[in-house]
Amino acid sequence: MAEISARRRLLPPYLLSAPALLLYLGLFMAPLAMTLMLSFNSFDFYKGILPGFSFVNYLEVVTDEYFHEVFLRTFGISLAVTVLCALLGTPEAYILHRMRNPWKSLFMLAILGPLLISVVVRTLGWALLIGDSGVLNDALIGAGLIDEPIRLIFTTTGVIIALVHVLIPFMVLSVWASLQKLDPAVEQAGLSLGASQFTVLRRIVVPQVMPGVLSGSLIVFALTASAFATPAILGGRRLKVVATTAYDEYLNTLNWPLGAAIAVLLLIANVIIIATYNKVIEKKYAQAFQ
Amino acid sequence: MSKNGPIALAFHTVFIIFILAPLVIVCLVAFTSKGYLSLPTDGFSLRWFRAILDNPDFIDAFWLSIYLGLASATIALCLSVPASLAVARHRFPGREGLTAFFLSPLMVPHIVLGVSFLRFLTAVGWNGTFVGLVLCHTIIIMPYSLRLVLASVTGMDRSAEMAAVSLGASSWTTFRRITLPLILPGIAGGWVLAFITSFDELTMTIFVASPSTTTLPVRMFQHITETIDPLISSLSAVIIFITVIFMLLLDRLYGLDKILVGQGR
Repeated sequence: MAEISARRRLLPPYLLSAPALLLYLGLFMAPLAMTLMLSFNSFDFYKGILPGFSFVNYLEVVTDEYFHEVFLRTFGISLAVTVLCALLGTPEAYILHRMRNPWKSLFMLAILGPLLISVVVRTLGWALLIGDSGVLNDALIGAGLIDEPIRLIFTTTGVIIALVHVLIPFMVLSVWASLQKLDPAVEQAGLSLGASQFTVLRRIVVPQVMPGVLSGSLIVFALTASAFATPAILGGRRLKVVATTAYDEYLNTLNWPLGAAIAVLLLIANVIIIATYNKVIEKKYAQAFQ
Repeated sequence: MSKNGPIALAFHTVFIIFILAPLVIVCLVAFTSKGYLSLPTDGFSLRWFRAILDNPDFIDAFWLSIYLGLASATIALCLSVPASLAVARHRFPGREGLTAFFLSPLMVPHIVLGVSFLRFLTAVGWNGTFVGLVLCHTIIIMPYSLRLVLASVTGMDRSAEMAAVSLGASSWTTFRRITLPLILPGIAGGWVLAFITSFDELTMTIFVASPSTTTLPVRMFQHITETIDPLISSLSAVIIFITVIFMLLLDRLYGLDKILVGQGR
């Protein structure tokens, strides 16, 4: 042992992690710092980016009603998507958990697989399904259930449905991971002592998978709040969220400082959500799971 | 363990249909024989798959995405392996912070990375270059490859290494002949996951891609925001097919659930 650690000292840990560290400092920290600085610059329609230090961009985001609407809409969509994912993903994870192989692995693959398929492709699928002359409307009209196509594309509802589809695998995965720690003997004890299936679910299963539901919710919320492709494709030109607004400021209006301010606010919101969540989880489950 | 009841199975069926419907629709529309979006009601046709070949900009974007994925996944792995060995094998000041730092790009929304990389690459004059694109993608996919490599380094049995060293093997020989083969599944899994992540990335890339360095997702996004036609469906069907092959490969190598747990954090 002593000999190994002596040899290992020849390659100190700092040297081993230096290449990755240098890349991160140069290409991750530096760009983020530059964006932060950029957000304090100002912008003139004719002269472009003006150097200097001011809070003018943040002031614009805070005071302009247009940005209020965008931030509120993003928050609302994120909340709706998170709640729907929790309500639908949790029971599905439990059902999966009670399945036997090979069905279990097969359905797991079917649910998790889409995570690896490009978001553009998945969103395209929804555009084909819910478009005005899409498959869903054609089928409903063909069956005589409705006369006019239901308007889903370019609506908040359409964006929410597609985002639930894009992000629900994270919820299933997260709940499924916490179900793995569940001891089936406790469930059986409850049943053998005369508790109904529902009581067992409510009193034994749900409390134990709550950490999984919460961590899944966090992932889903954070990813929805910064989602770009799905709202951009299904939301059209009018239904803007924070990410698509930042994109517009950068590539259409060319107001980089304002876009940078929006990006910084989104990053801060993201970090706050994650930090608060970690605190809550630690407090709530610190004693329960020791 | 009790079985799922009929209500549970009905819910499960609807859930699976919800998950697979958009992907199935994309693949079905791809086979239409019509000139517009429709289901292939009168026989399957390959005309829209042939149409892909008549669009060189899609083909170019596809190859650019492949080269980009190959380059950035390989660089990310070459940096992940020594970094994982450092944080898994050594106790040194700042070790925990360093691990958190290496995983931190996961916490930054891709849109924020996109605007930051655009600012940075413009400032250093690399905007629109392939090298710039590769470096940005390396940052985004590093956490994914690092986590898998780290897991395999941490879970590795070190007795074979000690035996090799006690028999007089040099550090380099021990690494090459013992450590590397033992963590190879983690490296392979990390590489494939990194490649797919790079191949799919849109939100960050759309900021730093120029007309000469347009990746496939960016090109497809631009196409979809202008028009949705069967051509984009057939292209998507090809992508679904390629991804499914990689997915099965990953599942065999490592188990899909193990790879994806905690992703997005």
